Amino acid sequence: MRMIQPDFRIEIDHEKCRKCGRCVFNCGFGALKLRDRVIPEPERCAGCHRCVSFCPEQAITVELNPLAFRPNENWTPGHIKAIYKQAETAGILLTGMGNDKPYLNINDHLLLDACQVTNPSIDPLREPMELRTYLGRRQDRLEFNRENGKWSIKTPEPKLLKVEVPILFAPMSYGSISYNAFQALCLAAKELDTLMYTGEGGLPKELYAYGDHIILQVASGRFGVHPEYLNVGAGVQIKIGQGAKPGIGGHLPAEKIPQHISRTRMIPEGTDALSPAPQHDIYSIEDLRMLIYALKEASGYKPVCVKIAAVHNVAAIASGILRAGADQVYLDGFRGGTGAAPFITRDHLGIPIEVAVAVVDQRLREEGIRHLGTIVAAGSVRSAADAVKLIALGADAVAIGTAALLAMGCHLCQKCHTGNCSWGIATQRAELVRRLDPEWAADRLVNLVRGWEHEIKEVMGAMGINAIESLRGNRERLRGLGLDSETLKILGVKPAGAPMG
Amino acid sequence: MRSECGYDLGMRNPCGCGITSFLSARRRMFGGELIVRSLHNMVERGNGLGAGYAGYGIYPERKDHYALHLMYEDEQCRQSTEDYLRLYFRIFEAEPIPTRLVASIDSPPIFFRYFVLPKEDALETDWTEPAWDEFVMSRVTEVNSKIPGAFVLSSGKNMGVFKGVGFPLEIGEFFRLDEYQGYCWIGHSRFPTNTPGWWGGAHPFTMLDTAVVHNGEISSYGINRRYVEMFGYRCTMMTDSEVVAYLIDLLHRKHKIPLQLIPAILASEFWKNIDLMESEMKKLHESIRQVYGSALLNGPFAIVVGHRDGMFGLADRVKLRPMIAAKKDDVLYIASEESAIREICSEPDSVWMPRAGELVSGSYEEVQQ
Repeated sequence: MRMIQPDFRIEIDHEKCRKCGRCVFNCGFGALKLRDRVIPEPERCAGCHRCVSFCPEQAITVELNPLAFRPNENWTPGHIKAIYKQAETAGILLTGMGNDKPYLNINDHLLLDACQVTNPSIDPLREPMELRTYLGRRQDRLEFNRENGKWSIKTPEPKLLKVEVPILFAPMSYGSISYNAFQALCLAAKELDTLMYTGEGGLPKELYAYGDHIILQVASGRFGVHPEYLNVGAGVQIKIGQGAKPGIGGHLPAEKIPQHISRTRMIPEGTDALSPAPQHDIYSIEDLRMLIYALKEASGYKPVCVKIAAVHNVAAIASGILRAGADQVYLDGFRGGTGAAPFITRDHLGIPIEVAVAVVDQRLREEGIRHLGTIVAAGSVRSAADAVKLIALGADAVAIGTAALLAMGCHLCQKCHTGNCSWGIATQRAELVRRLDPEWAADRLVNLVRGWEHEIKEVMGAMGINAIESLRGNRERLRGLGLDSETLKILGVKPAGAPMG
Repeated sequence: MRSECGYDLGMRNPCGCGITSFLSARRRMFGGELIVRSLHNMVERGNGLGAGYAGYGIYPERKDHYALHLMYEDEQCRQSTEDYLRLYFRIFEAEPIPTRLVASIDSPPIFFRYFVLPKEDALETDWTEPAWDEFVMSRVTEVNSKIPGAFVLSSGKNMGVFKGVGFPLEIGEFFRLDEYQGYCWIGHSRFPTNTPGWWGGAHPFTMLDTAVVHNGEISSYGINRRYVEMFGYRCTMMTDSEVVAYLIDLLHRKHKIPLQLIPAILASEFWKNIDLMESEMKKLHESIRQVYGSALLNGPFAIVVGHRDGMFGLADRVKLRPMIAAKKDDVLYIASEESAIREICSEPDSVWMPRAGELVSGSYEEVQQ
């Protein structure tokens, strides 16, 4: 007897199939076998479409297994299947990628403004349209000197990181993703003149050359952290939490720790890499301050970023982080992705990034400390529109993780934690990793960001704004549609139909 | 929106407008009728829903006192405002602002002016001029945001604002501008695209000695407003232009940013130009944009700003609104149209079209003080 039925059904059109075996070879999950003909083993299928994409005869169809439970709005097939699994294993159920539950998506309920008559719109193909963004701590005012009739800056220059487009690559550790995927991110960040975050898996020595475009993470497991590492990057990021799994640590299974990962992470080969839930030297905000300054000292005073999951008290926490000396606060919303997380954590903890950005930006302004640091927003930035809305709510820049993986070929099958990624992204199996050509993947990342860049410029032009700083925190150009009044108040956004005011 | 003040009209009016101004560097006195004539010449740029003037040098006998021009909805808010003012200020003179009956102006608000100095006991710590200014700014903001139906139209020294709903000629007539003499005058006629018939919404907008007339629409208003509010200002006049006055007061008075650098903030250089500058200059503009990005006025604008030491004009970084300047002897003219200047100065020595983001500035010759 089999209690748990497969999620997908694989149909092979044997009329078309020439038994070339390409699908069998390509499936990282072993869901297809070649005997006298191709035999599907649907219980292994992740729905990643690798076989479909590579079948030269278009002979494969993958569809949802139409297994019919008696309709029940309360006991969904998801709940029922989960119970079967737990009744069998007594375990925590794991998954990958971000929250897929149908919670209200605030970005989908925000609309942007445009110019008509009283204010000319701008054509970004003919006129300058500026997206350049500086990240980091700055003064709240400047003082000037005058010598020989020329003005110069009296106040010393702050150390800021420059990006030509306010779209960064979110931290995805080397280990959770393959070397080739990681390298593609490095190549793309350099090409785009933007930044990527490493995640907690350290940085392979061969990629030190891209350091100027990399913010290096120090997380609770301290994997791959050593003095040279701290000094090769553009900045350092302390990871407190992650949107997909706030309050819990990380677990990279032993299967994903071959020799090169073990060397970079500085842990034995083939052992589980467990990151504790808290950083054991940070039990309070004053402890965080000590680590921030320790890392500044160790890195030659590079900017320090603190990454937190968006939780209920995020505004006060972010304020404390900047007051503790951080230059950047990275907010990760509850829809953010992950390489592996318990279902319960991924699907039920945290708050939306839109809300987090709004309350943090507002709180920092009320306290008069908005200049102390940059807000980077992440946690399911699915499109240029999401990016624009988050920036208008108050973020300085956004970071993309899932979107970047999709650009490299990911099909959101949510099986990253298995290490069998057929697309060579979330795996360490050499035969799968080598499928991903880093340059091909980097090109696609660059294309994606360039495409978004054009789109952002297009809507800025429509809004009559030619510099991103005039969009940042400009909630006047947003309107809510179908959001309740309390949410609108928290967002600082008026309902659609309300005039300027 | 100002629900607490009974003005819950829920809109902030963008508008097309006409602006004109002149300043005599030698502080020669000119009657207010001159600025009215100049502005009237551009009557087509307004629609009769707002006109206003600022005159500098109009109160020579009270030049060391803050001249508060107040607008009241009714007698009751005058009472409560005067109670408030008495708490914080020594009032040297208080009187209604003289007005004339003008047929087309129906039920205007009440206008009063007060010549005041901060009370010594109200100002506990610092007894210097910057501290007085800061004190006055806070009180003005409080009146505007907390007392229903009362609005401070201007609060500078030896200057005053006269504005309301009507055509330029009518407002000049109503406030009897022909009876004032000043060395710098600024005028504005308004073409609001929605009308609340709201007297406070006419230009100029002020804070202390700074008076701003603005032709344009501020695409960055949302962030500009949130930025000045971080420093204690409150936008209460239901017009985006108001924020410009606060920005300039903040930058020039509080942050002591030299006038010459104000354009680099309000109408920043483009990065493509900054990248080509020599290193010192590059650092200057880079730092300005890094620190004052939220003060960049995006969208089309032409502004003329009167201030303690003179007057300046500025157009946006791509110059989407007209602005022309002229000079005759010691007098600098800035206006939306050349016709407005020629109306009161038929043969200027020079006339020129300032470029995008270029500062046109006139200041007083110190010897005359």
